[in-house]
Amino acid sequence: MASSSRLFALTLAGAVVVATAGCAPQVEKPMPTVIDSPSCAKDSLPTRTPGKLTIATDQPAYEPWFSKDKPDNGEGFESAVAYAVAEKLGYARADVTWTRVKFDTAIAPGPKNFDFDINQFSITEERKQAVDFSAPYYLVRQTVIALKSSKIAGRKSLADFRDARLGAQVGTTSYQAITEVLKPAAKPQVYNSNDDAKKALQNGQIDGLVVDLPTAFYITGAEITDATIVGQVPQVGTPEAFGLLLDKNSPLTSCVTGAVGQLTEAGTLKQLEQKWLAQVAGAAELR
Amino acid sequence: MTLREHVPSEAQVRRTAYRRRQTVYSVLVAASSTAALGMLLVIAVTGAPGWDRVRQSFLDPAIARDALPAVLSGLWLNVRLLVCCAAGALVLGLVISVLRTLRGPIFFPVRALAAGYTYTFRGLPLIIVLYLLTLGVPGLRLQGMPPVLVLGGLALVLTYGGYLAEVFRAGIESVHPSQLAAARSLGLTYRQTMRHVVLPQAVRRVAPPLLNDVVALQKDVGLVSLAGPIDAVRAAQIATAQSFNYTPYIVAGVLFVLLAIPLIAVTDWVTLRAARRQSGG
Repeated sequence: MASSSRLFALTLAGAVVVATAGCAPQVEKPMPTVIDSPSCAKDSLPTRTPGKLTIATDQPAYEPWFSKDKPDNGEGFESAVAYAVAEKLGYARADVTWTRVKFDTAIAPGPKNFDFDINQFSITEERKQAVDFSAPYYLVRQTVIALKSSKIAGRKSLADFRDARLGAQVGTTSYQAITEVLKPAAKPQVYNSNDDAKKALQNGQIDGLVVDLPTAFYITGAEITDATIVGQVPQVGTPEAFGLLLDKNSPLTSCVTGAVGQLTEAGTLKQLEQKWLAQVAGAAELR
Repeated sequence: MTLREHVPSEAQVRRTAYRRRQTVYSVLVAASSTAALGMLLVIAVTGAPGWDRVRQSFLDPAIARDALPAVLSGLWLNVRLLVCCAAGALVLGLVISVLRTLRGPIFFPVRALAAGYTYTFRGLPLIIVLYLLTLGVPGLRLQGMPPVLVLGGLALVLTYGGYLAEVFRAGIESVHPSQLAAARSLGLTYRQTMRHVVLPQAVRRVAPPLLNDVVALQKDVGLVSLAGPIDAVRAAQIATAQSFNYTPYIVAGVLFVLLAIPLIAVTDWVTLRAARRQSGG
């Protein structure tokens, strides 16, 4: 009896030691640094096909990012951005070839059959483990959507939302947009998921729902067709950023990032955003 | 004949002194053992590996201060809902239990309906009832649809009414049949018997489990937040999402415990009193 209880005590003590060791905090590793690549002249760029630039996107490619599922027509925000980046790198329109790659395939680790992919990829730390991203070419904006029959449909200014009942998903930048920018008099309604929030919008329990612009296009285009985009809210919080996706440690990453950076500084990206998202796609700016 | 003043005997004085010494001694022992265990716990917790990280992500005073106003205003919603829903559920539960204990064949359908109600709403997950009432029913777009808080409160009342009805029924059935027979033989009607003889005893007997269910309701009222309103837990969730720190949840948790303490104390006191009565002490 005594020996068995001693054995039990020893086992227990061992278990406690193991458990304590298991609870010890992890040591954080420093992030790897990016290696600088050669010069960014067109002739020295190691693209998949020398002298050509292979750009990928998904099939089908949706409005307003692309137009009529034809990425090579230069219409739609992302198609326009892709050609602008190509031009900065020194490729004429004829030197750009498009290929189609599934979204999930593109962000998975492994060799890529494109130079870069443009497909509303949000830049995240997890994805950076598997692929490279350029500098952001678009910071996602928050948007108010409402039923076409709603009293707030068609309002133009930020001050017009004082009397609106607005909703958003919990823990999102959309919620911050309500509390920090739109500031309605009534407390915002908060939902666990955008599905619950959409239901409340359809029920008329809220006048407007705040979601990010890509989601707004999807909801108003495919899910709730009697809803409309009222307008875009000025930037708030830490927005999601879209980046061009490249192969992990691609020699092109720094050059593509440089091109995007130049386009940002020149205001080209702002203009493209204005043209394709606000004017053509009808997501007006609320001021 | 005059009464002499009571003088305790020598033995009685010694006995009283001994008892006092014993009391002092046991208080001292209890205090020192508590202090020793407390010291051990403090050393074990603060000396554990990762304690600094625990403090950073769960016990950050600055973040707690920032989150407190929002969490408190959310808690105000919980308190208001709790008062209304507890009252509603107690009334509904009592009505259902009385219907379920009606006698005579004519009342069979009423009994069956009441029984069906308790079976249904005790079995249905609260989340489903809440979703159906707060997001499903407004989708019907009927005239005069009440606000979402009222619908959420109704879901809670319906669900908890089912639990409380069973507690009340247990109380009613625990009253001995002789009580009923005695009351009826005195000429009281069935209604008077229930009102003056059965229910007072029944409610007193099941007060502890009733209050227990009210404490459980206090935690569940927050679930109304899934339909939009911001309660304490939701406010904490929002604060956590902004700071990536779990301290707001701890703040909300502590406030909930503080809110429950009076209710739980009352429950304990009622239970103790009932136990003393039972043992005739």
